[in-house]
Amino acid sequence: MKRADSILTWYGELTTRQQLLKRGSLLLTPGMLWLMLFLVLPSLVLVVVSVVTRGAYGQLEWTFTLENYKRLAGFTLFGWTPDYLMILWRSVVVAFFTTLVSVILSYPLCFFIAGRPERSRYMWLTLVIIPFWTNMVIRAYAWFLILSPELPFARLAAILGFIPDGAPLYPNAFAVYLGMVSMFLPFVTLPLYASVERLDWALVEAAQDLYASRVRTFTQAILPQTMPGLSVGIILTFVPAMGMFVVPDLLGGAKYMLVGNLIQQQFGASRDWPFGAAISMGLMVLTMIGLQIYRRKGKEIEVI
Amino acid sequence: MRRQHPLIVAISYLTMVFLYLPLAGVAVFSVNAARRGMVWKGFTLKWYLKLFENDWILEAAWNTLVLAVVSTIIATILGTILAIAMDRFPWRSRTSNFLDIILHIPVIIPDIILAASLVVAFGLLRLASSIFEPGLLNMIIGHITFQIAFVALVVRSRLVAIGSEVEEAARDLFATNWYLLRKVMLPLLMPGIIAGAMLAFTLSLDDFVISFFTAGPESQTLPLFIFAAVRRGVTPQIHALSTLIMLITVVLVVLTERFTRHR
Amino acid sequence: MNPNQDPTTDQGLTVKHICKQFGDVIALDDVTLNVASGEFFTLLGPSGCGKTTLLRIIAGLELADSGQVFSGGKDITRLPAIKRQVNTVFQSYALFPHLTIYENIAFGLRSRKFPDAEIKKRVNRRLEMLDLSPMAQRHPHQLSGGQKQRVALARALVNEPDVLLLDEPMSALDARLRAQVQEDLRRLQRKLGRTFILVTHDQSEALVCSDRLAVMRQGRVVQCGSPEEVYDNPTDSFVAKFLGAANLIPCTKAPGGVQTAFGFLALDKQPSWQEGTVAIRPEWIGIGDKEPERNGIRARVTEIIYRGTNFDLWLEPGPLRVRTSSYRRIDPGREVWLELASKELVILEDEAR
Repeated sequence: MKRADSILTWYGELTTRQQLLKRGSLLLTPGMLWLMLFLVLPSLVLVVVSVVTRGAYGQLEWTFTLENYKRLAGFTLFGWTPDYLMILWRSVVVAFFTTLVSVILSYPLCFFIAGRPERSRYMWLTLVIIPFWTNMVIRAYAWFLILSPELPFARLAAILGFIPDGAPLYPNAFAVYLGMVSMFLPFVTLPLYASVERLDWALVEAAQDLYASRVRTFTQAILPQTMPGLSVGIILTFVPAMGMFVVPDLLGGAKYMLVGNLIQQQFGASRDWPFGAAISMGLMVLTMIGLQIYRRKGKEIEVI
Repeated sequence: MRRQHPLIVAISYLTMVFLYLPLAGVAVFSVNAARRGMVWKGFTLKWYLKLFENDWILEAAWNTLVLAVVSTIIATILGTILAIAMDRFPWRSRTSNFLDIILHIPVIIPDIILAASLVVAFGLLRLASSIFEPGLLNMIIGHITFQIAFVALVVRSRLVAIGSEVEEAARDLFATNWYLLRKVMLPLLMPGIIAGAMLAFTLSLDDFVISFFTAGPESQTLPLFIFAAVRRGVTPQIHALSTLIMLITVVLVVLTERFTRHR
Repeated sequence: MNPNQDPTTDQGLTVKHICKQFGDVIALDDVTLNVASGEFFTLLGPSGCGKTTLLRIIAGLELADSGQVFSGGKDITRLPAIKRQVNTVFQSYALFPHLTIYENIAFGLRSRKFPDAEIKKRVNRRLEMLDLSPMAQRHPHQLSGGQKQRVALARALVNEPDVLLLDEPMSALDARLRAQVQEDLRRLQRKLGRTFILVTHDQSEALVCSDRLAVMRQGRVVQCGSPEEVYDNPTDSFVAKFLGAANLIPCTKAPGGVQTAFGFLALDKQPSWQEGTVAIRPEWIGIGDKEPERNGIRARVTEIIYRGTNFDLWLEPGPLRVRTSSYRRIDPGREVWLELASKELVILEDEAR
């Protein structure tokens, strides 16, 4: 073990470990202090608040209770309602399918762009990046126009009986999915592209020779090579999608609430911070589970 | 260039249409003379002009800009120093893992949880001092908090890319710590710092969730304004504002690409 | 093993009993060397032998676990790199990408706050000396590999160091350029009269450039001496095979020579061991149609390899490798007489079995 005052060379400088760490700690302080104060501490406070009671006027009363969690799990005064759990589950499902569809659409898009001549590749990528950086409120509400009653999409749905005549094709689950996928598609495409660009096509062609089916070519030659980009894309999509609230708020309305909307409600109109904190913790748990599965799956696929 | 399966090409074009259709719709209706409805009543720029008469919008634009500039500057400074501290010192692996995790929290966690924790934290801080009322200060603090992480990550990757040999060469050539920092490290790091700053700036301009939870009545930003407005009902003015924002985004994206390519 | 019996001086560079470990890996194991002032000294060895570590310890970029470094008689072991009058040419040159060539070279002077006029004088002199004047205002990424190397040299030399260290400076150059650069480097060193220490794994580089060289292996100095000494008299099979090619012949000591699988071979000297190895280089084996008086072997050519400057023949029994001039083509299948003259046979003293 290295002693604290042992002399060493570090990037060409002759100094002691102690001196280096002292200097390092000094540099570390501003940033870390900030993050501690405004990131870590508030998160811990949130945990505490989740076990506290809401007073009559929306203020916090420091009586500790598990009431909020019980309520989240559905145990209200009037028996068991799965409403809140449903919302949590729905968020997971929506996030999952959003990610899935985004991945399914991203692969062809990435192959397409990678196959373009050098010059136009840059243009296509920019075309994907522009929506990526456009404000999500704009991107969400823009669907109002496309789904409005006068346009063929809504008309078709009315004819098929999904919605009443003259009604817009929102707010409902379909609109939410449309909004989510259009929102998150670039989040998968861009990291995935980084991996697809580096694909060794020779390997793919070799696989094509070996395997009769396209599916196996994909899973054996393409998937492993694009795994880094794909995993970044999945994580950047699935987790934020679970907590998304703008899209379900604008396109799902009260009929199709997700966790994000529920939390926002508690910190807004309902003024029930403890309950909101408890729901946030629920979302946090889901996020952690998601990350764990992602890490495990990642290892599994490496073994293959 | 390999020949491409027509199905792949078709799906790709359809996907791009899917991405751009809503945005195109907004742009088209921003120049439509009709006040409401989907009918086309002629080309006009009057909705854009009306924007500049709208005090609310101008105030929101100003707030958005001030928020972005102030938070970016502070976050870039803090983030850069943090990145240097994390990468260039011999921490024990436990320490550096811990620091790493903290740095990744804002990136990995859904931002609504961050927003909620900030609301609660500010609520308690308010008991100590009234400057923590929902407002620009809270928003700046909130933005800086997630910006630091992004800046630090970008700058750190640049630090790793620079490597150690150039520093050793500088020391071999008699550079003191201060000289090394000024004449070698910072110049080489600058592209990374600028990239981090641009990232932070864009994230702030675009931010909705954190702003929504920490804003006060006096500190509307453009995304918040648009959100409130469209819930009441879409108007061509909003379309004009949105299109304008989209155009600015395009300009920013192209500029950033130019800049990073140049390097 | 006594690798050091060379001009010990109070000038020049000396390392004594240097040991260095990285975790479990022993990089340097009790290394002692003397480099005379004004000498071109080479550390030669395969990758992992510790030569670069030793160089970095001399530069001050690495700290030895134990041992001392002396320069010009002074103990510089605990002196930081910025205080040592030693400069390094790094393997990948480590030029500052954001500075012009002029500023790159001037770096070591500016950092010590030399006046501008002096800097200008010195830098321009080096630019001229290394044919870099037209590139002075360019940036490193605009230069070729060979030009970058000269910039790295100029950048180090402009500081007039007591010792110049070069860490495999040719490895990034293509083969054709390398031979030319090796000769140029040698001439430069002779002209400047400065102490150069070169680290390389390329034995031809070591032979061309050095006044003296040290062959290193697994953290130890195996043999040290002038190129001719080490080439003509390797002390063990590692050195024999690392510098040039060698035929290794296991043998047992016998009166007047050694007993081998080829029969008796007379030697000029008696080996110190009972059982060991003798070596003979391919170019020292005589080849002809007549049986030589002593140390003759009847052999058959099995393979011939053309190398432009010469032929390499492989013969059985052995296999033995023999080098002949390119005028003498001897086709496979031919039977010839080989002479392993006693004065050409090298006893590998350190290769007892």
